[in-house]
Amino acid sequence: MYSNKILDAGTPAVTSAKSVSLQIDGVAVTVPAGTSIMRAAVAAGRNVPRLCATDSLEAFGSCRLCLVEVEGKKGYPASCTTPCENGMKVATQTKKLAALRRSTMELYISDHPLDCLTCPANGNCELQDMAGVVGLREVRYGYDGQNHLASSKDTSNPYFTFDPTKCIVCSRCVRACEEIQGTFALTVQGRGFDSVIAAGPTNFLDSECVSCGACVQACPTSTLMEKSVAELGQPDHAEVTTCAYCGVGCSFRAEMKGTEVVRMVPNKDGKANHGHSCVKGRFAWGYATHPDRVKKPMIRQKITDPWREVTWDEAIAHAASELRRIQQKYGRASIGGITSSRCTNEETYLVQKLVRAAFGNNNVDTCARVCHSPTGYGLKSTLGESAGTQDFDSVDHCDCVIVIGANPTDAHPVFASRMKKRLRGEPNRPGAGLIVIDPRRIDLVRMPHIAADYHLQLQPGTNVAVLNALAHVIVTEGLQKEDYVRARCDVAEYEKWLAFIKQPKNSPEALAAVTGVPAEQMRGAARLYATAQNGAIYYGLGVTEHSQGSTTVIGIANLAMLTGNLGRPGVGVNPLRGQNNVQGSCDMGSFPHELPGYRHVSDPTVRELFASNWGVPIDSEPGLRIPNMFDAAIDGSFKAVYVQGEDIAQSDPDTQHVQKALEAMECIIVQDIFMNETAKYAHVILPGTTFLEKDGTFTNAERRISRVRKVMPPMPGMADWEVTQALSKALGYPMHYDHPAQIMAEIAALTPTFAGVTFEKIDRLGSIQWPCNDAAPEGTPVMHEQEFVRGKGRFMLTEYVETEERTSRRFPLILTTGRILSQYNVGAQTRRTMNNAWHEADVLEIHPHDAEQRGIKDGDAVSVQSRKGDTTLRAVVTERMQPGVVYTTFHHPESGANVVTTENSDWATNCPEYKVTAVQVALTVAQSPWQQKFEAFEGQQESLLPKSAR
Amino acid sequence: MDGKKLVKMANQIAAFFAAEPERKTAVAGVTAHIKRFWEPRMRREILAMLDRGPDHGMNALVVEALQTNRKALEPAAK
Repeated sequence: MYSNKILDAGTPAVTSAKSVSLQIDGVAVTVPAGTSIMRAAVAAGRNVPRLCATDSLEAFGSCRLCLVEVEGKKGYPASCTTPCENGMKVATQTKKLAALRRSTMELYISDHPLDCLTCPANGNCELQDMAGVVGLREVRYGYDGQNHLASSKDTSNPYFTFDPTKCIVCSRCVRACEEIQGTFALTVQGRGFDSVIAAGPTNFLDSECVSCGACVQACPTSTLMEKSVAELGQPDHAEVTTCAYCGVGCSFRAEMKGTEVVRMVPNKDGKANHGHSCVKGRFAWGYATHPDRVKKPMIRQKITDPWREVTWDEAIAHAASELRRIQQKYGRASIGGITSSRCTNEETYLVQKLVRAAFGNNNVDTCARVCHSPTGYGLKSTLGESAGTQDFDSVDHCDCVIVIGANPTDAHPVFASRMKKRLRGEPNRPGAGLIVIDPRRIDLVRMPHIAADYHLQLQPGTNVAVLNALAHVIVTEGLQKEDYVRARCDVAEYEKWLAFIKQPKNSPEALAAVTGVPAEQMRGAARLYATAQNGAIYYGLGVTEHSQGSTTVIGIANLAMLTGNLGRPGVGVNPLRGQNNVQGSCDMGSFPHELPGYRHVSDPTVRELFASNWGVPIDSEPGLRIPNMFDAAIDGSFKAVYVQGEDIAQSDPDTQHVQKALEAMECIIVQDIFMNETAKYAHVILPGTTFLEKDGTFTNAERRISRVRKVMPPMPGMADWEVTQALSKALGYPMHYDHPAQIMAEIAALTPTFAGVTFEKIDRLGSIQWPCNDAAPEGTPVMHEQEFVRGKGRFMLTEYVETEERTSRRFPLILTTGRILSQYNVGAQTRRTMNNAWHEADVLEIHPHDAEQRGIKDGDAVSVQSRKGDTTLRAVVTERMQPGVVYTTFHHPESGANVVTTENSDWATNCPEYKVTAVQVALTVAQSPWQQKFEAFEGQQESLLPKSAR
Repeated sequence: MDGKKLVKMANQIAAFFAAEPERKTAVAGVTAHIKRFWEPRMRREILAMLDRGPDHGMNALVVEALQTNRKALEPAAK
């Protein structure tokens, strides 16, 4: 359960234009119409006893503890299910009510183990609290009657236990799983006294449960209990912070004892997650104190040398001296830096400042290069701002959702739960229509109470063709919002685009063969989206990681403008960002062509602004992007890189090319919490810190800036921002910050969209969505309301261009890559948690037809070979895949998924084409040559570590 | 820099702008994109590729963009 120190109003808040006034225990109170008596009582300062009610769930009315008396009404209505009426006079406490409640509690307690003193929930148990509140002093029924006390505990889940002996069958867990998470994994089995909660036929681990934790925090007893609480006891203090996993940016309470995290509980006031979480944020935080953490700085001359642990001063001085030596020898542009979307805004800002001010060039890039850089290009070009247009709450208002190239239930699970709720609908409001555009049959296509209206199961690499076909249908059938377009968009550009999109080559019929999607499905989907009152598009890396990634983003913006689906709640273009601070790292000027706030380095006014503040001239030429850095390293003109919190050796495509580039450099400085794959090629290790060890901010996919708060001291002694500052000083460019709040003050002073942002304001408001300035002092939930940021919206031509990556007789299948719920990105964090229980290795998903042709059975070892390399994985034969397409993830380095992916990239941004690689799959019995080499190299690098770090 | 890769990238850029009905808009688009997003050594290399002869494999639109806007694309001497 949530901490009992947090106010629980019993039933959810109600929004209504009407209000009703009543008296509760003589206290006058006015509440929105539809509010329960229980919730109104809280407003009147009364807490009606309850067990089955909590304000995160709809009222259920089963526990019979929350009875009240209402003047003039018969009986004792449940206050949770009884709405307030004007003039009501309610009594929450009478002798009769007290007697009824005590009797009810007696029944509960007669079938409950009386082990409070040794129970993990002791001190934070609603059943215990309610026994006290109702004044339970005896249990007249005794404890020898029929009971459930012999039931066995389910300990299968790595993070929580299920102890049915303590269950009161209030069904809060079942309802949380349904209403909040939308998984429907739990059920009440049996009837009457035999009712028990069940999670599938065997146990929690083997059930449909996704371990989001919603049931655990809903449980009023210790039936569902975090193992960490059982081990450590109840927390004694808490700090609100922001999750460091995906781009949803959930707000959490880090509940602590001393400097030890007892549990992470989603913050009910969090505006991104509203009290919900997923298995990663809720439970997978143990990596922060994992023994693998790098605690001391290390240096070496060559990557075949043993590492030497040194002091911070020596490491920083060595790194600085190497960077300067290399610049003197190879030129100012021979070094650069890479920022990380896993780090805070303030850290990222400092790294790009270090590169621009101390290195003296623009060779700074960020891991968004390999995920959402096309979003930046596409949305900036069409709408004028490199960001999603909505807040997450917007999904509550939509009538039709397009999910294209995204798998929210795996990659953005907390937002997915919100979306699923809207898709399921409510009693008096049908669910939103759903169009899924994805080569795989992702879970959203069909799951409990949700079925996509259309699943356009396209061939990988044909997103642009599908979007063009949808737009063609809309304009040729006259479904566009012509008035909106002519008022809000550049009409000349629109008319040019109109002439292009109307061409027969863009019709669904013409493109059906290319896309593999029947024309009628594309027509139906176009009509559904165009005619919805509010149509919203959500997309992910299945859009951006293509040779036409930017064109696809442009196509999405075109569709939204065409149908008037921008500028209000319920609509919009919504990029689902992969990592926690992708939006922020881009905002902070991490791209080599842009200063903070997406302003091009060629703009002399902008350069002057930064030059005068930083006291150094700013280079007017764009710097190298990450793939260009690799190419420049191989040609010998790029010799050193400072990499903060990013594992380019694992996450970037064409691994062998990346390794060659890394081997060609003379100084690689890795700042990370673990010895990651890139660290094996490094010359300097600067230990990094986790989100629990530092202050700062993250900006999520909805542009929401939230605080990251330090709850434990930095394990290596310095927070990341302090390390960058020390390096800058050693390079002769001192920075003078005492706290990240001062860094944010500088960001605000130099970045118009952040002008009104301060730590104090974030603390006061909880979070802020940029733009935050004089025009929007408390932030901007929905962008482009009156006009587009660029003024008139710009339609752009989106010619479909087939990728150069083609299938052939040698490589007849298309490999596409993605993510899984329990693991995160390169897995450096989640692999060091018990999340491996769900995904201990990357596998290859293959359609039964393709498997049968190759004699492959489920679980067989198969080689996956492309023109770039090959690797060996275990096969999972599944109809989720369409014939001709195979799929894998890249969470485990030894899997070598990126050994297979190619150098192909998006035309505008060089974002890699991870989603389309022509491959052959065959049975094998051995690791690939690359995997054998990897294993040997890993062993060698392990042996070079100091004994204390092995 | 890998010249062949740069040519491939430039040709991809040209493929996007080739949809423009007016040639000069397409040429301007290719030029602006390379100017705004390519680091100087990349621009130097592709111009050098152009100078090395006709076997560079560049799309005609790329060639036109590089030839007509060479001055704008040449990085300032360091």
